[in-house]
Amino acid sequence: MSATRIERRRPLRKPGQLPLQIVLAFLVIYFLIPFWWVIVNSSKNSSGLFGGGSALWFATDIDYVENFRQLFTYGGGIYGRWLLNSALYAFLGGIGATVLAVLAGYGFAKYRFAGRRAAFSILLGAVMVPTTALVIPTFVLFSQAGLTNTIWAVVLPTLLNPFAVYLMHVYVRDAVPDELMDAARVDGAGEFRTFLQVALPLLRPAMVTVLLLSVVSSWNNYFLPLVMLSDNRLFPVTVGIGLWEGTASTYGAAGGESLWSIIILGSLVSVIPLIIAFLSLQRYWRGGLTIGSLK
Amino acid sequence: MTTTIAATPRVRRRSKALRENAIAWLFVGPFGIVFLAMLILPLGFALYLSMFQKALIGGTRFVFLGNYAKAFTDPAFLDGVWFVVRFSLVLIPIQMAISLAIALILDIVTTRFARFARLMIFMPYAIPAVIGALMWGFLYSKNFGPIADFFAAFGATGPDFLSRGLIFYGLLNVVTWQWAGYYMIILFAALQAIDPTLYEAARIDGASQWQIILRIKIPLVAPALVLILVFALIGTLQFFNEPQILRELAAGAIPADFTPNMYAYEQAFQLANYNYGAAISFALGAVVFICVYIFMFATRKRGSFLS
Repeated sequence: MSATRIERRRPLRKPGQLPLQIVLAFLVIYFLIPFWWVIVNSSKNSSGLFGGGSALWFATDIDYVENFRQLFTYGGGIYGRWLLNSALYAFLGGIGATVLAVLAGYGFAKYRFAGRRAAFSILLGAVMVPTTALVIPTFVLFSQAGLTNTIWAVVLPTLLNPFAVYLMHVYVRDAVPDELMDAARVDGAGEFRTFLQVALPLLRPAMVTVLLLSVVSSWNNYFLPLVMLSDNRLFPVTVGIGLWEGTASTYGAAGGESLWSIIILGSLVSVIPLIIAFLSLQRYWRGGLTIGSLK
Repeated sequence: MTTTIAATPRVRRRSKALRENAIAWLFVGPFGIVFLAMLILPLGFALYLSMFQKALIGGTRFVFLGNYAKAFTDPAFLDGVWFVVRFSLVLIPIQMAISLAIALILDIVTTRFARFARLMIFMPYAIPAVIGALMWGFLYSKNFGPIADFFAAFGATGPDFLSRGLIFYGLLNVVTWQWAGYYMIILFAALQAIDPTLYEAARIDGASQWQIILRIKIPLVAPALVLILVFALIGTLQFFNEPQILRELAAGAIPADFTPNMYAYEQAFQLANYNYGAAISFALGAVVFICVYIFMFATRKRGSFLS
């Protein structure tokens, strides 16, 4: 995008950057400390954790293998199931929300239809409705429909993402020229072919961004699945780790301590998929994240 | 005969408009259905639920706004609201200042290390709030955290961020850590989009680096700042995940009704009082909506969102 072009044009080294780089180094340390703590401490067994060694350095025996084995076998291997659940919910919810947002954003940006203005202002209003306010009534509605404690109870509410529609609308408006669409129509392409073959390829960066944002919000969701699910085999990893944490805190000395090492490793493992997604899709989202804030 | 011929183009035009309308609604419709089912219906239902009260004797009865009257005189709810308002007032300026400062630094420093730092500072955004809170909970912990070790090395007792007195700051740190990077990326991208010839012109006119920052950069990223403020406000007022998770680690410092959302959760799912829970949810939603709407309206001229 234009950002990288500007970056390259600037002179690479300027005097007076060293102090700023030192500030940056301190910031990096601050932002990475929790990760470092988790990486170090997930190598310890409970005596290493509670034995009073340094909290920010490895204990004498590094026990990743044993902790991994415990993490994936504890409670009949429930942790692996939680990870798969998280992936499934994030995948279904993320893809669904993205498809809906692309379609609706395109509709709002490229057609002047009856009711457009009203519908669009309602959409903008909806961006400001806090999603947690919907959790309790949705739960009661779903329980009357027999949907609670199923994967749909988690997936269906995540399909709603008004902000994604707004982002797609802004992006479509700027990235798909009307002239291009008219040219396709003159060549005899129908409305849906125009959308699929002319508009869609131009929307890839925005689609990746919206997909990534929806996958992240679904993967990170806690309140909704906490409320909706009671069967722990359906839990996503966030709710599962929360459950373990509760158990470990409650039963402190009585067997709770051994749980902490797998909670710590479980936390580490649960963040790896999204970090990989962000690192590998960098060139897409860096351009896309700004859509909403720029005219 | 003549009338039908004269009418044909108009009919055709109208049918073309109808066809366009139908196509547009085919695009917007799927989202529209989800919108009705997952937003309008639950909101309406919350309002409906909130107008009833369940009593042990006499079953459920209609009380109209009775639950709201109860909520707005209920010290547990009001304390929660007061906490999130106070928390937002402290958190949002700090968070915005930090993310703006980092974005400005990254806009000036263009080394490879700066690019690496940008990515690392953004990283916490990819972490679930639950895990972020848990990680900081570990760091704060007297059992396995480094803070206690660090102060013990100097023969002092470290601050306990999980205690009743300091939990406010403990949470402040968790949320800042989690979101500053995301806001920084938005601001950074807005800064990168500024036409560099503006800086050249300003330098020729004798402007210093500080003047360029204050007079050109910050005013030009104002729309992004407004957007961030709105996100932060909506997010903080519905505070739930972090205090809920730290509750287990911070024995006694965080009560079950710490924030309005936690209170609604407690009412609905621990006390099975869905009507009152729905009333609290709806009241909180309405408060957030009105606050944000007023704010958007006040900053409409400078913001790009909504204008």
